[in-house]
Amino acid sequence: MTDPGRNPGADLGGDMATQHSRSAARVMIAPSVILLLLWMLVPLGMTIYFSLLRYNLLMPGANPFIGFENYAYFLTDPAFQAAIWNTLILVAGVLFITVVGGILIALLLDQPMWGQGLVRILVISPFFVMPTVSALVWKNMFMNPVNGLFAHLFEFIGLQPFDFLSQAPLASIIGIVSWQWLPFATLILLTAMQSLDSEQIEAAEMDGASPFSRFWYIVLPHLSRAITVVILIQTIFLLSIFAEIFVTTAGGPGTASTNLTFLIYLESLQRFDVGTASAGGVVAIILANIVAIFLMRMIGKNLDA
Amino acid sequence: MGQITLEKVTKSFGDVEVIPPLDLTIEDGEFCVFVGPSGCGKSTLLRLIAGLEDISSGAIKIDGSDASDVPPAKRGLAMVFQSYALYPHMSVRKNIAFPMKMAGVSQDEQNRRIESAAKALNLTDYLERRPGQLSGGQRQRVAIGRAIVREPAAFLFDEPLSNLDAALRVGMRLEISELHERLKTTMIYVTHDQVEAMTMADKIVVLRAGNIEQVGSPLDLYKHPRNLFVAGFIGSPKMNLIEGEAAARHDAKTIGIRPEHIEVTEAGEWQGRVGVAEHLGSDTFLHVHDTGLTDILTVRSTGEMGLRHGDCVSLSPRHDQIHRFDASGLRMA
Repeated sequence: MTDPGRNPGADLGGDMATQHSRSAARVMIAPSVILLLLWMLVPLGMTIYFSLLRYNLLMPGANPFIGFENYAYFLTDPAFQAAIWNTLILVAGVLFITVVGGILIALLLDQPMWGQGLVRILVISPFFVMPTVSALVWKNMFMNPVNGLFAHLFEFIGLQPFDFLSQAPLASIIGIVSWQWLPFATLILLTAMQSLDSEQIEAAEMDGASPFSRFWYIVLPHLSRAITVVILIQTIFLLSIFAEIFVTTAGGPGTASTNLTFLIYLESLQRFDVGTASAGGVVAIILANIVAIFLMRMIGKNLDA
Repeated sequence: MGQITLEKVTKSFGDVEVIPPLDLTIEDGEFCVFVGPSGCGKSTLLRLIAGLEDISSGAIKIDGSDASDVPPAKRGLAMVFQSYALYPHMSVRKNIAFPMKMAGVSQDEQNRRIESAAKALNLTDYLERRPGQLSGGQRQRVAIGRAIVREPAAFLFDEPLSNLDAALRVGMRLEISELHERLKTTMIYVTHDQVEAMTMADKIVVLRAGNIEQVGSPLDLYKHPRNLFVAGFIGSPKMNLIEGEAAARHDAKTIGIRPEHIEVTEAGEWQGRVGVAEHLGSDTFLHVHDTGLTDILTVRSTGEMGLRHGDCVSLSPRHDQIHRFDASGLRMA
């Protein structure tokens, strides 16, 4: 009688049993639901509460309630506007490079070739390097204007070495982050590509489609759902890029490579202004939700059916 | 026009020779069926003709001109795949239009051909649907529609009915035969189902391990199987193959007799005990044991028989319908 649903003799008390098991199920899952709720609501509540206080660690004492003053201060900060733009450019730039690059690399890896297994592992490997390490490797070994590989390359062909991180800080960070996320996009797109029915490609071949047409009309539509997944997952992580900025440019020069996450860090742990940082955190939550709504509107329909 | 000639065509995958040298001519307008057990190379042969696989040696000629190195799209052949291979993200209309779009056919001409194909295949109401919203039989018709609009020299069918249920399969079989009567275009049809082969073909090509065992009209193969393999493969229920003393009496290693050529009589040549009796109404199939000839002798008699499991029967074969085969399995005159 442990499973009333499968017991043919339980017809009489069927409703009772279902109700029983339903309420039992609710009681059973309640602890984890409550824990998760607290896990989410307590930090959120505290952030909102702090954002309404004048609360600076450098000025101990009373933390008076000041309403939306922190928000006004944060939103009118010239650095804020720069940070918003930098965040969006960073996300859009990395998405573009990883999706386009990921499709191209996946197309290459899908071809039969010698040493396929090894090449695939090599392609995936950047994903295993932690962000701090990979950013440091890029900063010191590649982009350094004196000792970097690129500097040597530039000198070798007779050009002035280019100081990537101070001349084009945001573009450099986009490059580094793209390098990290390209394997992820490639992996997802490659598996999607391999799930394409080969008879469809053959049918298109018989129908007279050129290799480019086959890609455009058959492969790309087949990939649309995987591309959606890549964009959604990456956006979540790219909105909160921090380590790469922290170890390379520290948001500079000026605010040229400061994104929202880094600006909040500056408020809270450089200026010790907990109140303004909390206000920034709430703004970031709102921004992430706006982006999420737009994304779901634009591409979420690909996930249906 | 659509005459297809294979001259000494071979195909190897690495060291494995799938198709040993093979010659075959398919005449213009013919309905030719490749039939054989799975793994006999019939689909490979079709793919070689389509150009989806390259031949290892020999030549494929379409209407007399060598097409061995011509890419698939330029051979003027249309193929219907086992999985239908419809493009899932396109509507039925776009699926059917795709080959014409690739060939740069004008929009008016495209619409005209789509309308006429849709009318012929009963698809007019479904043109705006996606393949995922169609039943198996409808998908099959879309795949055929996509082939028709190209106005090909020949149609190639790769086991097109194997994904359909039995009732639908009989219906589609008739539709394809009907289509062939109307279009009079060459069709090459691959199947492992000998009933499909018998009912549809003008010419049957029986394949085993890449070798052609026999080529001929359905009745030709039925009446004069060239060897034991064809004798056993064509016809349902299978021909009874008998070895030993009974065969020796006919100066043969093996004799074959079809179930319908054995009669249940009062005092026949052979005696046995009825095992399973399948009563189909129009016919009765008797599986007769303990005849001393072979494990189970199948007998087909018309109408209803009052015989039950375990009954003893006496059988007499029709001597003029006995097929004789020699030690190497070949038919003896």
